[in-house]
Amino acid sequence: MNDKLTEHSEEVYYQRFDPFLRFLHIIVIISFILLAFTGMMIKFSGVGTFQSISKFLGGYEVTGFIHRISAFFTFFYFSAHIGFLIYRKKHYKRDLKYMLSGENSMVPSKRDLIEFWQTMKWFFRVGPRPEYGRWTYWEKFDYFAVFWGVMIIGSSGLILWFPEFFTNLGLPGPVVNIATIIHSDEALLATGFIFTIHFFNTHFRPDKFPMDTVIFTGCIPLEEFKLDRPRQYKYLVETGQLEKYLVGPPSPILVKVSKIFGFAALTFGLFLILLIIYSMIFIYR
Amino acid sequence: MYSDLIRLSNIVVTLFLAVIIVLFSPISFQAQEDIEICLDCHSDKELVSKKDGIEISMFVDQHIYNESVHRDFSCTDCHSDVDPDDLPHAEVLTKVKCNDCHDTDSFESSVHGSGKVLCNECHGKHDIQYSDSLKLIFDDKCTSCHTSASAYFSSGVHASIKDKNNEEIKCQSCHSSHIHELNSKNFDEKTLHKTCGACHQSAVDKFENSLHGLALSRGKYLAPNCITCHNAHQIKVSKDQTSKTYKMNIPTLCGKCHKEGTKISELKTIDKHNILANYSESIHSDGLFKRGLIVSAVCTDCHFTHEMKPHEDRTSSIHRDNIASTCTQCHVEIERVHKKVIKGELWEKESHKIPACIECHQPHQVRRVYYEQDFNNNYCMNCHSDRNIFKMVNGEKISLYVDINEHNNSAHKDNSCIKCHTNVSTSINPICKESGTVDCSSCHAEQVEDYSTSQHGKLYAEGNSNSAYCTDCHGTHNTLTKEELNSPTFVRNIPELCAKCHSDADKVGGAAAQKAREGLANKYTMSIHGKGLLESGLTVTATCADCHTAHKELPSTDPLSSVHPDNIPATCSKCHLGIYEKFRKSVHSPEVTETDKEQPGCADCHKSHSIERVDKTDFRKGIIDQCGRCHMDVTDTYFDTFHGKVSKLGSIKTARCYDCHGSHSILPTYDQESTLSRKNIIETCKTCHPNSNRMFVGYLTHATHHDKEKYPYLYYTFWAMTILLVSVFSFFGIHTILWFFRAMSDRAAEKKSNK
Repeated sequence: MNDKLTEHSEEVYYQRFDPFLRFLHIIVIISFILLAFTGMMIKFSGVGTFQSISKFLGGYEVTGFIHRISAFFTFFYFSAHIGFLIYRKKHYKRDLKYMLSGENSMVPSKRDLIEFWQTMKWFFRVGPRPEYGRWTYWEKFDYFAVFWGVMIIGSSGLILWFPEFFTNLGLPGPVVNIATIIHSDEALLATGFIFTIHFFNTHFRPDKFPMDTVIFTGCIPLEEFKLDRPRQYKYLVETGQLEKYLVGPPSPILVKVSKIFGFAALTFGLFLILLIIYSMIFIYR
Repeated sequence: MYSDLIRLSNIVVTLFLAVIIVLFSPISFQAQEDIEICLDCHSDKELVSKKDGIEISMFVDQHIYNESVHRDFSCTDCHSDVDPDDLPHAEVLTKVKCNDCHDTDSFESSVHGSGKVLCNECHGKHDIQYSDSLKLIFDDKCTSCHTSASAYFSSGVHASIKDKNNEEIKCQSCHSSHIHELNSKNFDEKTLHKTCGACHQSAVDKFENSLHGLALSRGKYLAPNCITCHNAHQIKVSKDQTSKTYKMNIPTLCGKCHKEGTKISELKTIDKHNILANYSESIHSDGLFKRGLIVSAVCTDCHFTHEMKPHEDRTSSIHRDNIASTCTQCHVEIERVHKKVIKGELWEKESHKIPACIECHQPHQVRRVYYEQDFNNNYCMNCHSDRNIFKMVNGEKISLYVDINEHNNSAHKDNSCIKCHTNVSTSINPICKESGTVDCSSCHAEQVEDYSTSQHGKLYAEGNSNSAYCTDCHGTHNTLTKEELNSPTFVRNIPELCAKCHSDADKVGGAAAQKAREGLANKYTMSIHGKGLLESGLTVTATCADCHTAHKELPSTDPLSSVHPDNIPATCSKCHLGIYEKFRKSVHSPEVTETDKEQPGCADCHKSHSIERVDKTDFRKGIIDQCGRCHMDVTDTYFDTFHGKVSKLGSIKTARCYDCHGSHSILPTYDQESTLSRKNIIETCKTCHPNSNRMFVGYLTHATHHDKEKYPYLYYTFWAMTILLVSVFSFFGIHTILWFFRAMSDRAAEKKSNK
């Protein structure tokens, strides 16, 4: 990619994601795709294609079961992530300020607004590419979109899963209807967003095309890292932490497996998007 | 003290009476005054008025008026357009309206009403009297118009006899005593005999049970009533030689209808032909008309006067069992003199063992012939046991061989050949040569009548040789009752019997051919009725004949058909009565809901020939389409909610229309007894959702987010979600596109610089 890369730098990688995060993301990918796929069966039950797929998979009982299992894993990764945050706060004795606004924080800050503005200028060639840090504003949006999504879809999904229990607590019956709409449309938003916007921002954008395997391998060539996130690189160099994150190249097998899995996930995601577009046209013809 | 009270009350009563007299006296004074004024002119006997050039006397006799019932009324009470203060009045006054005081509504709707007969034509004008006195002259009043009826009446027997109350018989004796209400409704053809029955009780009772009477009560066209034979007004006793019912005249009277070429003979076929012609050549006719023997038998002697019945009726005088006693009315000593009958008593006691009179002496053709041989089966079998006997019809060889054993095991084993093959004649050789086709209706009249109205019968009458005839289903000499296991009409054999034609599209026409092509027989075999019959061995299951009837089957488009949509519930109720009782009370029953729209019957949800168990997948899948044919909107919204969506994915156990709404006893949800009423809904939901509760049942099973009025929460939620989606996708969509172009141009620039 870059002709100027030295032999030395070719072998030096920056460790961006620790194994736990990578493990969680794999669970996110699998459960999300399964949820989207099995959920679409019911949302677009009027479309013949889905009726055939449902029949092929063994009926709505089977897809419903897969949906619920995947929901369970969703709740699992959501709570595991929360647990992970709490663990980190306690174990590394980090203060709240660091968690909420540090260089590594996911919480949006004023700098994100500035970067967004700079990005706009860059798009229109009136400014240079902004010096992105560890988390860009769209990555933060992705993160909170999932965070928000899991809460909304999760809670409405629970109502649909256990309607008798929730109405017994005093929830009026029509709330189940409202939960249906929210669950379904929010899921459409999440699916549509991940399989188009997230896919482009992360994988299909020309400098990463066809895909960025960093979420599976966990590391990225240092040179690429320097170009991609100059501010974080600068910060790491300035605080002298860079050495700590430098690693060797990932094993070829890991790279290969990552690519196969990544491609499979991407392909399946795009396939689902096509199905959605097809169904939307079909239903609202 | 007490006497004081009486005195006081006397004074009060006297005062009260005085007040009344004072109040009303002006009226009578006034009335007298008015009459005086009118009589100033109208007492003049010369007073005339001219109308259309004719002089009409305007004289009013005060004496007659003072004798009339209206004497206390003034002239102007009736002649209301005369003002006594403004005389002379107009020459032509408006007609007096009696209905100002008298209720004439029923009269106006009677045959005499609406101007045909005016009140004064019977009641007079100024000489009106009470109707008691009118009764005496009443017949004169009628006869003044009804002159011919009157002439007939006075030459009839009723003019000279008295009724059972020893009163003279007058017009109103028959034509209702409520003379004002006289109309065709209370004196019509169908109920006329009831009027006669008032005096002629026993004759009318007999008549009502007779073939004629039953036909009349069924409203059959041309059915006779009393006056057909006895006349209306010129009724004569049968001893009168001029009477239509005089013995000599009876054959003519009956022959008016019962001969070839009459209207009735076109409507109803009787298996006896040329009755009148045959009778006129018979020994009975010979005796009557040539020898003047008044004791010779005419129609009414054998068929009985008022109680003629078909010969298959056990109580009929011409039933095989009763023939002997009918004939012995006259031929009293025949048993003693008849050489052919051994032990004469058998005739009446065990009439089935020996031939009845008519089997040798053909009815209507009784000749003075001593038959050398009676027509028993052996006589017929002399020829018909030969396997090589045949006849030629249109160049086709038709075997005439009869297997007598087959006949002896059949349902008709007790019948002799000539019982069916009637119209044999000794004048021809062989005697059966011109006996023609067997007419089953001579015994099975009701069935054949049904058959002739059926599609089979109609087509057969049109000459369609493919159409089923009696023998096609019942066989000929081997006919068996439907109780016999090997009878083609035994319940288990019926589907096969009908399928002989109805599974072959070439043998049946119209809709039936279409059904045959669709595999009708196969459908039935796979249906729950067919499986019940053929797999479970149930004889109570429905076969073809149970729904389509045995003899009266018609296409479902015919309103008289047992399988016409209107009649299907009643047809199914023959077995499924409990269901029918429920259905009748449901909202889909025409008894409950009156609508112009088509209402569903049994066959709309349960297929006719391919009917299946309701717990079968196909039935559960199909029901939504069935309900949806009418309940389009709720079906659409059903598919917007969970139950509908899952059912579209092929789920069988998810709630279908009838799981919640009920099936046969379906009621509107606002009905207390509905499965979805506030009282019952939790229990209904519990069949699938065991933890149902009051809040849970609030779930909207037919909700749609497209209806703002009905479901505002869903509507706004949907739109809020849609706005969220659109804004997020627009924002990041643009973001992505901009990024894409920027990055692509960067790469292009890079490539260029690399070159």
